[in-house]
Amino acid sequence: MEFKGTQDYVASRDLAVAVNASVRLQRPLLVKGEPGTGKTMLAFEVAKALGKKIITWHIKSTTTAQQGLYEYDAVSRLRDSQLGSEKVHDIANYIVKGKLWEAFDSDEQVVLLIDEIDKADIEFPNDLLLELDKMEFYCYELQKTVQAKQRPIVIITSNNEKELPDAFLRRCFFHFIAFPDREILRQIVEVHYPDLETRLMESSMDIFYEIRKMPGLKKRPSTSELVDWIKLLVIGQIAAEELAGFNLKEELPPYAGALIKNEQDFGLLQRLSAAQKRFR
Amino acid sequence: MFLDFFLLLKNDGIPVSLKEYLDLLEGLEKGVVEYNVEDFYFLCKASMVKHEQHLDRFDVLFGKYFEGLETINTEEFMKIPEEWLRREKMKMLTEEEKALIKKMGGLDKLMERLKQLMKEQKERHEGGNRWIGTGGTSPFGNSGYNPEGIRIGGEGGNRSAMKVWEKRQYKNLDDAVELDTRNMKMALRRLRALTREGLPDELDLDKTIRKTSENAGYLDLQMVPQKRNNIKVLLLLDIGGSMDDHIEICARLFSAAKYEFKHIESFYFHNCLYESVWKDNVRRWSESTPTLEVLHTYNSDYKVIFVGDASMGTYEITHAGGSVEHWNDEPGLVWLRRMKDHFKDMVWLNPIPPEYWDFTPSIGLLKKEFQNKMFPLTLAGLDDAVKALKNRKKKWD
Repeated sequence: MEFKGTQDYVASRDLAVAVNASVRLQRPLLVKGEPGTGKTMLAFEVAKALGKKIITWHIKSTTTAQQGLYEYDAVSRLRDSQLGSEKVHDIANYIVKGKLWEAFDSDEQVVLLIDEIDKADIEFPNDLLLELDKMEFYCYELQKTVQAKQRPIVIITSNNEKELPDAFLRRCFFHFIAFPDREILRQIVEVHYPDLETRLMESSMDIFYEIRKMPGLKKRPSTSELVDWIKLLVIGQIAAEELAGFNLKEELPPYAGALIKNEQDFGLLQRLSAAQKRFR
Repeated sequence: MFLDFFLLLKNDGIPVSLKEYLDLLEGLEKGVVEYNVEDFYFLCKASMVKHEQHLDRFDVLFGKYFEGLETINTEEFMKIPEEWLRREKMKMLTEEEKALIKKMGGLDKLMERLKQLMKEQKERHEGGNRWIGTGGTSPFGNSGYNPEGIRIGGEGGNRSAMKVWEKRQYKNLDDAVELDTRNMKMALRRLRALTREGLPDELDLDKTIRKTSENAGYLDLQMVPQKRNNIKVLLLLDIGGSMDDHIEICARLFSAAKYEFKHIESFYFHNCLYESVWKDNVRRWSESTPTLEVLHTYNSDYKVIFVGDASMGTYEITHAGGSVEHWNDEPGLVWLRRMKDHFKDMVWLNPIPPEYWDFTPSIGLLKKEFQNKMFPLTLAGLDDAVKALKNRKKKWD
């Protein structure tokens, strides 16, 4: 049972080592990296490769740690008591399980994805320390400790919007998905478009890398942008010849909107090509 | 086992603790990775480094510490079980190489010969650094043959491909702005003023209980708006000139503040506040905002934070026409006083350490003007500044 990447996901060796280490040693794996390098995808692919169910917990700015454990639905209990329902005598009927509890409760080992943990409140990771360490928590309402039947494989992604506390980091394995080099990027594109014309792939990657290298871009296009862009090129039936002789400094590439998602960056690109024209 | 390595990391500024070290050992014990240097490096990296800003330093230290790893001495090498060297080997070789091995009598014979050669060579070249096969054709060469990564031989002419940690691919991650702002955010957090405004979407338990009792036990739900941080902050940043030295810390403060407050406005000025400020430093001459407009736009409940080194000629503050960049009809001091009259809470954050404040008259002048509410731009200073914004009696001393 070892993760080596899947049919649809190219994992570099160091990523595979990090995943395997965290699976074997039962530690959460914290994955960081530029947006669009496949952090969230990783969890799904690990689940697929290891044949496990996946439970995803998407974090928003309002998410609290407690929501991941459980919530006590006091209002419906109150309502039931008014209606004289029998359910009301057992508090367990009003404990709504969160994602973490769900993962702990599963008879088989599951993959738990905690997506974009940095979106939450700055104290959020601290509130999960014990839960992720011991894989257990105490439910006050039921007065019992909930323990993981099978320690889930926890994968946490972060976009670096907020710094994570040291105590939290110490409990995780960490992997930074670096932007792939050309060779790996080619593999990734091949995985998505197995029968893409080689010349189209080469020239589109040329342009892609040229844009990435441009200084001052706010959001540099990453893997997912490239994949989307190539999809558009294929749909739009852009011929390889059109792209081959393409000079980025003179005009914008077709469907540039798929690569560049920010109006300032767009402006930068346009200014650059305008400046080039003036000098000629 | 790798205690020295662990200590090296710790002493050189990578925050590792015993837990990380034990994790690494546990990983090795459980055989998470195969026995090769590269996998070992990956495992070390995953278990010891917890922040991308440390990755580059880790690469350097790893290279430094394990520099000699490939030049394991002969005795040690003889102890390595053959399976290590042989496992996986055959699949890594090309057909031609396989043919070559066959020609030389098969893998077993080759291993024999390797051991023999090593013995012989040890006798002849005691301590030498070139043992076996420096050229390209020998299977014991420096490069390529051994996929497990244990190179036999030193840094000969035939250097193998660059190792992963020698690529230093994380070099650029050292300087991301967002790093290290956690502490600042925690300090700024004190400035919170939670108020209930807007849509009632939260259950008010106390009121519900009271209303329900009044309602003879029938449920009467009462809602209140959620608590929100309603603090409003106006950030005025000095930019250019002598502030260039402090750009980094200002950028950090700025990014920390931007995430922490919902209502935050920021403007730039140069040296001292005059009749106009600007939002975008590139277009400062074409798109500036009159300071009067700032005074009229933002309510007096905005908390104002000036950030600047306050180091300039005193005439830049006290005299009309004192500005170094343009003609100002009214002295900066007048503008500062207008701000003071309008906004109730103002502080000045100064990136220059307080020990040096006395040597620059303009700092003293501004400090006095701010009624000692000038604080150093350090964590402690920020902490105090935040307190001063909440408690008007608080001063820097």
